[in-house]
Amino acid sequence: MKFSEQWLRELVQPQIGTQALADQLSLSGLEVDDIEGVAGDFSGVVVGEILSAEQHPNADKLQVCQVSDGSETFQVVCGAPNARAGLKTAFARVGAVLPGNFKIKKAKLRQVESFGMLCAEDELGLSEDHGGIMELAPDAPTGQDIREFLNLNDQIIDVDLTPNRGDCLSIAGMAREVGVLNKAAVTEVDAPAVAPVIDDRFDVQLVDSHACPRYLGRVIRNINPGVTTPQWMQEKLRRSGVRSIDPVVDVTNYVLLELGQPMHAFDLNKLDSGINVRLAEEGEKLTLLDGQQVELSIDTLVIADASGPVAMAGIMGGEPTSVTDETRDIFLESAFFNPLAIAGRARSYGLHTDSSHRFERGVDWQLQRKAIERATALLLDIVGGEPGPVVEAVKDADLPPVQQVHLRHGKVTALLALEIPAAEIEEILTRLGMQLEKVADGWQVTVPSYRFDISIEVDLIEEIARVYGYNNLPVHTPTAKLPIPPIAEARLTLQSLRRHLVARGYQEAITYSFIEAELQKAFDDQHDAIALANPISAEMAVMRTTLWPGLAKALQYNQHRQQSRVRLFETGQRFQPKGDALLQENVIAGILAGNRDAEGWTAGKDKLDFFDAKGDLESLLALGGCADQFSFVADRHVALHPGQTARIERNGEAVGYIGALHPSLVKKLDLNGPVYLFEVALDAVTGGKLPRFSSLSKFPESRRDLAVVADQATGFDTIRQVVEAEAGEFLKQVTLFDVYQGQGIEPGRKSLALGLTWQHPSRTLNDDEINSAVSAVVSALRERCGATLRE
Amino acid sequence: MENLETLLAQGKQAVAESDTLAALDEIRVQYLGKKGELTSLLKGLGKLSADERPAAGARINEAKSALQADINARRDALEAAALEAKLAEETVDVSLPGRDQAVGGLHPVTRTLERIEAFFGSIGYSVAEGPEIEDDYHNFEALNIPAHHPARAMHDTFYFDAHRLLRTHTSPVQVRTMESQEPPIRIICPGRVYRCDYDQTHSPMFHQVEGLLVDRNITFADLKGTLEQFLREFFEEDVKVRFRPSYFPFTEPSIEVDIDRGDGKWLEVLGCGMVHPKVFEYSGIDPEEFTGFAFGMGVERLAMLRYGVDDLRLFFENDLRFLGQFK
Repeated sequence: MKFSEQWLRELVQPQIGTQALADQLSLSGLEVDDIEGVAGDFSGVVVGEILSAEQHPNADKLQVCQVSDGSETFQVVCGAPNARAGLKTAFARVGAVLPGNFKIKKAKLRQVESFGMLCAEDELGLSEDHGGIMELAPDAPTGQDIREFLNLNDQIIDVDLTPNRGDCLSIAGMAREVGVLNKAAVTEVDAPAVAPVIDDRFDVQLVDSHACPRYLGRVIRNINPGVTTPQWMQEKLRRSGVRSIDPVVDVTNYVLLELGQPMHAFDLNKLDSGINVRLAEEGEKLTLLDGQQVELSIDTLVIADASGPVAMAGIMGGEPTSVTDETRDIFLESAFFNPLAIAGRARSYGLHTDSSHRFERGVDWQLQRKAIERATALLLDIVGGEPGPVVEAVKDADLPPVQQVHLRHGKVTALLALEIPAAEIEEILTRLGMQLEKVADGWQVTVPSYRFDISIEVDLIEEIARVYGYNNLPVHTPTAKLPIPPIAEARLTLQSLRRHLVARGYQEAITYSFIEAELQKAFDDQHDAIALANPISAEMAVMRTTLWPGLAKALQYNQHRQQSRVRLFETGQRFQPKGDALLQENVIAGILAGNRDAEGWTAGKDKLDFFDAKGDLESLLALGGCADQFSFVADRHVALHPGQTARIERNGEAVGYIGALHPSLVKKLDLNGPVYLFEVALDAVTGGKLPRFSSLSKFPESRRDLAVVADQATGFDTIRQVVEAEAGEFLKQVTLFDVYQGQGIEPGRKSLALGLTWQHPSRTLNDDEINSAVSAVVSALRERCGATLRE
Repeated sequence: MENLETLLAQGKQAVAESDTLAALDEIRVQYLGKKGELTSLLKGLGKLSADERPAAGARINEAKSALQADINARRDALEAAALEAKLAEETVDVSLPGRDQAVGGLHPVTRTLERIEAFFGSIGYSVAEGPEIEDDYHNFEALNIPAHHPARAMHDTFYFDAHRLLRTHTSPVQVRTMESQEPPIRIICPGRVYRCDYDQTHSPMFHQVEGLLVDRNITFADLKGTLEQFLREFFEEDVKVRFRPSYFPFTEPSIEVDIDRGDGKWLEVLGCGMVHPKVFEYSGIDPEEFTGFAFGMGVERLAMLRYGVDDLRLFFENDLRFLGQFK
């Protein structure tokens, strides 16, 4: 909420400066966002009166004005269309300095001399308005310094109020708070009852009295629509960020700002018989004050007359019944709407008004009469007219209850770790408007009707702490019993996985969880990604089912910035719909592109291949000691090269994919290929095993090397399985130390060089044993894999 | 015998002049080998009288020892020189870069998260995690934010449908923990959170660490102490800390915490408060028996302050030139 410091100080006079006041408010929970002067830095501008305005001889859009500063008359060329004889306006004479250190000098505009400048509001830093030169009240004293006349030595304080403090959404409420913090007296806004002079009443029925338990109305006839709002009121409105519209609307806005009671004025003659406060009916429409027509939903509370809704209760009035410059008779509304009946409704129509903002947070339900009397008195002063009696429709049972809260002194002490003396607690709460009755263990507290945020004991403790000062309360650290937490040794931590990849040259990335639908589809055609109902943009529209698209975009970003060798990894959730369920699974994923080695004097120039990616991933999978549980099975994947794709399995269960990004995607994403990717479920990687010792053999190992030639299509896995099955129980290890294709090997075949190592736990194996194992392996390879020994 | 002195002098001369180990060995054979010139003199002893023999024998052996000592010294010298020459040949330019030195790095958010986890882990907090696509109940209702509560406007929420949304904070993890675990509870909840807001100071996705401590006799002073210490240790500076009343529906009293790092400017760094009794009631914990505090901090914000990063958007561009600065 924005307000003028001067206006506040009319009601309460703390003996502190602006900055100290702002700090004090912030530290009591009313956070001051900004303090700004009500006008820019300028001098030498006075109230000027335009004596005459004539067409410029050489320019269509300019006028030549004679302007009086009270003692002399000056010729001023002005481009504003509203410059006219008789207008009082802001006049910057030669020598004046405008905001931005803009000095006014004698000038010639299209051959006509000009001695000064007539100013619009934006030129004095009063607002953004550049709709024309300022229109001051006709009785503004010509020649008076404009700063003095408009009272511009004032600050606008902008407070970012939290939703619980609706009671501070007014000058009176803010003054009450400042009074509490400074132990200063607060002047109540005086609003004596205005005696009716006519007897006109307008009937009000509370159909939904739960939503609207109190509605006050008053007829005022024969107002003078021709007058303008006085300068002082316009200024106060402006400093609160409210534009002046017409005197009637300005008065209702003024009362809203001053007391916090939103009000509405109808053109009485456009209302069709009495007022009903009820919920909208199916299909009802209303054209709002802002010109838009809305179809009302049936949970919207409306003010209706016999012909239908005339206002959206507590949110915005209707256009057809609004006050215009022809309105003579008005009907004033001052009502209490239940916060729950208003909350969320404005938002559902895309609206947010000063009124809905207050009603949603809670308006003092005892304020309506004071507000209508205050508004009446102000209207009579400004537009005149004959007031009727105040008509009040009320259903007491539906008004909010007077809150009674039991406050235990012991609980205050226990929560704040400080025994605040009873007298001090009583003083704080009393100043906050609470009524206290002493009971055995503390107080029975009656909460004022403007505090919607206080209904339980801890609400009061917060108030005490807030006024006492959070920074004055004690500080210590908790004492606690400290059981030793369980640590599953076999489970790898995410930290250790991350560090492993970092050590292998990977940089960690964090990409958005929501991505472009089309990109998502290109990387995963197995899942229908779940879409946001209100995405920020099409690039952030659906939840990723894999981390690859984000990593590919990150690769693209870096490749386009001359980074040729990129290795990135990311850990995070992917979101895969599975039937009606949604699987949110943590995965670890990586992307690689560029040369195998970082450029350097010892480095090779080879590009990466599949086995660089696989090697990195295998090293990660081996960390938990369960490397033998993983296998890589040739497979297809929409995003991957059909000949370089593997499904990763752990004990036969699919846990991820690895492969080369499909060349068509490499092209589509404008990447430098080849690009390799992997992604594995995190749980599959972190689940390791506890080491189990087996005794070391004292006897020598025996090794035989075999070169076998097999079909291209025969997987090494198959060959290894045959070797392991046939080489006997004392085979310790199979090493593949060469793969060769080319000269000397038939086309379509490959040569694999295997090293087999045996060792017996309790004796030396003899040559016969080894030789028979080798021949068993060789014949099995021939029979089952079509593999022969290389000649 | 008469040429013993001459032979020894010749031998010594030859040893001194030898310049390879091979030449030295030849000299050894020439003088001291089985048929060596000095050794041969011993064979001439038989021609001497029994009286003369011992003295003459002793002189020859003395001469042999003297020459052997020279040979040994010379061998040591030649060997040392050879080693030195070999080493000199093997000298490398130690300023050349080492092989395969490319190393990656952690994302600054992770680095910051791990640090925060380490602080709280060391005083007995454990890490709790939960789903990022949440339901309305755990993200709002159970945190005392009913539908249409004005506080919902503080959370610009991404929705999927009427019930499912992207969590706006990691507080739902606290709720889920309180639903399933009896006090005492000491957890921190790190993770991604989402708000429908995007500009220089707001990212639609960012990271939070929230903490929750529930036990008997937990006070406002405990909360202040914990966070004050955390902030000083996090920044490794004697930062000034101030506590400002605020409002969150799930805590009361609610607090925002500001720090001043010596330049007189207060910066908001985290929000916290004593757990609201209604939140306890939703989760089946008796607020008369237990009290607790909760806190939440933006990880990017802390990282920005700690490392001097000036644009929030850098965190998710994944520019290697940015990420590479956090090694």
